[in-house]
Amino acid sequence: MNAAFKPDETFRGDFSYQNSEQAIRRFPLPFPDDKYMYSVNIEPHLPGPQGSVTEFAIDIDEHYVAECRERALVLDAEPLRFQALPHMMSSQWDCLELIMESLSRDYPQHFSLTRHGNQWHWVNRPLQLTQRFTFGDPATLPQQPLEYITRQAPGDWVVMDQREGDLWTEAGMVTTQADWSLNFDLGMTFKEWHGPVPLAHEIGVFDRALRFLLNLRLGAPVRRLNWTMTIHPRLDTAPENYPFWGPDRAMVTAQNAGDLVHLRVELQGLWRLPRSNAVVFGIRCYLISLRELATIPKWARRVHRVLKNLHPALIDYKGLTRYREAAVQWLAPFDDGAPTSPGTAPD
Amino acid sequence: MSESQTIAVQVAAIEQVTPLIKHFTLAPLDGGNLPAFSGGSHIIVVMRGATRTFRNPYSLLSPPNRLEAYEIGVRRMEESRGGSHFLHDAVRVGTRLEIAHPVNLFPLDKIARKHVLIAGGIGITPFLAQLEDLHGGAVPYELHYSVRSPAHAAFLDRLRDREGERVRMYCDSAGEAIPFDALLSTQPLGTHVYVCGPEGLIRRVIDTAKASGWPGSHIHWEQFSVPPVGDAFDAFLAKSQRMVHVLPDQTLLEAIEAAGIDVPYLCRGGVCGFCHTRVTGLDGELIHNDHYLSDAEKSACKSIMPCVSRARGKSLVLDL
Repeated sequence: MNAAFKPDETFRGDFSYQNSEQAIRRFPLPFPDDKYMYSVNIEPHLPGPQGSVTEFAIDIDEHYVAECRERALVLDAEPLRFQALPHMMSSQWDCLELIMESLSRDYPQHFSLTRHGNQWHWVNRPLQLTQRFTFGDPATLPQQPLEYITRQAPGDWVVMDQREGDLWTEAGMVTTQADWSLNFDLGMTFKEWHGPVPLAHEIGVFDRALRFLLNLRLGAPVRRLNWTMTIHPRLDTAPENYPFWGPDRAMVTAQNAGDLVHLRVELQGLWRLPRSNAVVFGIRCYLISLRELATIPKWARRVHRVLKNLHPALIDYKGLTRYREAAVQWLAPFDDGAPTSPGTAPD
Repeated sequence: MSESQTIAVQVAAIEQVTPLIKHFTLAPLDGGNLPAFSGGSHIIVVMRGATRTFRNPYSLLSPPNRLEAYEIGVRRMEESRGGSHFLHDAVRVGTRLEIAHPVNLFPLDKIARKHVLIAGGIGITPFLAQLEDLHGGAVPYELHYSVRSPAHAAFLDRLRDREGERVRMYCDSAGEAIPFDALLSTQPLGTHVYVCGPEGLIRRVIDTAKASGWPGSHIHWEQFSVPPVGDAFDAFLAKSQRMVHVLPDQTLLEAIEAAGIDVPYLCRGGVCGFCHTRVTGLDGELIHNDHYLSDAEKSACKSIMPCVSRARGKSLVLDL
């Protein structure tokens, strides 16, 4: 990445988070079409165009330092946002290796990793951290391996053990989630974890997704986009804290929706892990206000149409019921009815 | 997988460990590290012969944390279609091969309270790597290893040195046999049993365990089918409008690949289900050799696993 970090921006309190013009143009719009319905929209996690959020396996952008600070604040208040069952230790090391190798390979100006057998030396310049440790020995790190590395990695990380023909949610770092709880879901099977999702079970999405993921191959990660909306650029919308953020939904009007309502897009990556045979699920959250989004005329038209015609079950599930109408009204002046070009790239 | 994702390796060492088994060490051509893996994983070895390309699955037997090289054990199959003969006869130290990333279809269960491993003959190979994962851990385990005779007990020294009393060997030649009933009726709750070897051994373990009240989720087995030799037949690929001819010692999957059409696969041994292909027309019969389709699915003749299964009769039409 070329842009400078914005270490002081906030995802709470005064919500000073904003996207630069460059960040807006690379925003991963999840709507290839003017209508939206679930699909098993999984594709190989191959390098995307230069500068895009998929150029590298793990995307570091201008919000990186601020996001890590936000994660630390959440963990200070609620340490159980990181959890790992005892049998997940080998997968924790797998994750640490994946993240350290990716970041040091793709962003050598920011990160470096030196390996001499099991003696590893990690340097994280943006966060001003350096650590020598013994790979495989948790006592040589200040936290458990997954907690240590995900305090320095953008997005949430969930690790699923594979056994009995299923994937079990048994370790994770979850502080930037769209209204779900690791503490509640820990130990669940794949379909139990996704139980609340409407419609998708009925059309077989999770049967197919599970079958696909059970056969996920080492060295062939995959990705997909998911989305919802959030009031304010608030990364941490945990169900346990609903009283603190839920009422924001009632503040939205057709006048303030442009600044309050944010499209929340998750770039989800899935990797098979080598030593543990587990699967790690990275859920990277990108936030953009409707006002920022509307600076791209094609996106304003498209998001207006998607929201206007969204299936009622999805409106409820995504928690948009109270403010969707206001968001649609705010976007309406940007939609002149002109056709949108195929794909998601700005015109 | 597709060929672009293979890793180039070179044979670094070959050792004849029993009259029938050779032990190959494969090092990456670029001199770097190979991917780490978990015990029970296999790789596909791509062997480009003079007229044919073979792609056979072999379990990794080297320590999963040893990344400088992979090791496999290859038994010379009497009725080989060529893959094991190629490795035994044509491959030398220095020969270049291609391999696919490891895949684990036979993993240890991480919440088991005890592991009982049962190997027959060449079926020892995945357990060699799994023992590395188990060694020094808190969960108890034991290995029961059945062989024809002491001369056929591959890797026994390596096992005895490290595992001592945790390894029991049984020689057919000495009239010894694994006491299946006693073994499987006296294990503590939470034990998982794993078996790899000849079909008869696998069947015996599954049947005995089930009769002793084991839950199915605690019984694990791996048996790669060796694609049997059969009669030649033709298959019509409807989507690509191509006719392929399958030779007696060729698999349907190989014939389809030779025609330039990619079918996704992982195990090439009738286990994983990845190459599952819809049959849209059949005048004749299917010869199912896989362990993936249920009996009902096999008799329905609506699908086939082309890595190991064949057809006999006038015509076969595939949705490819």
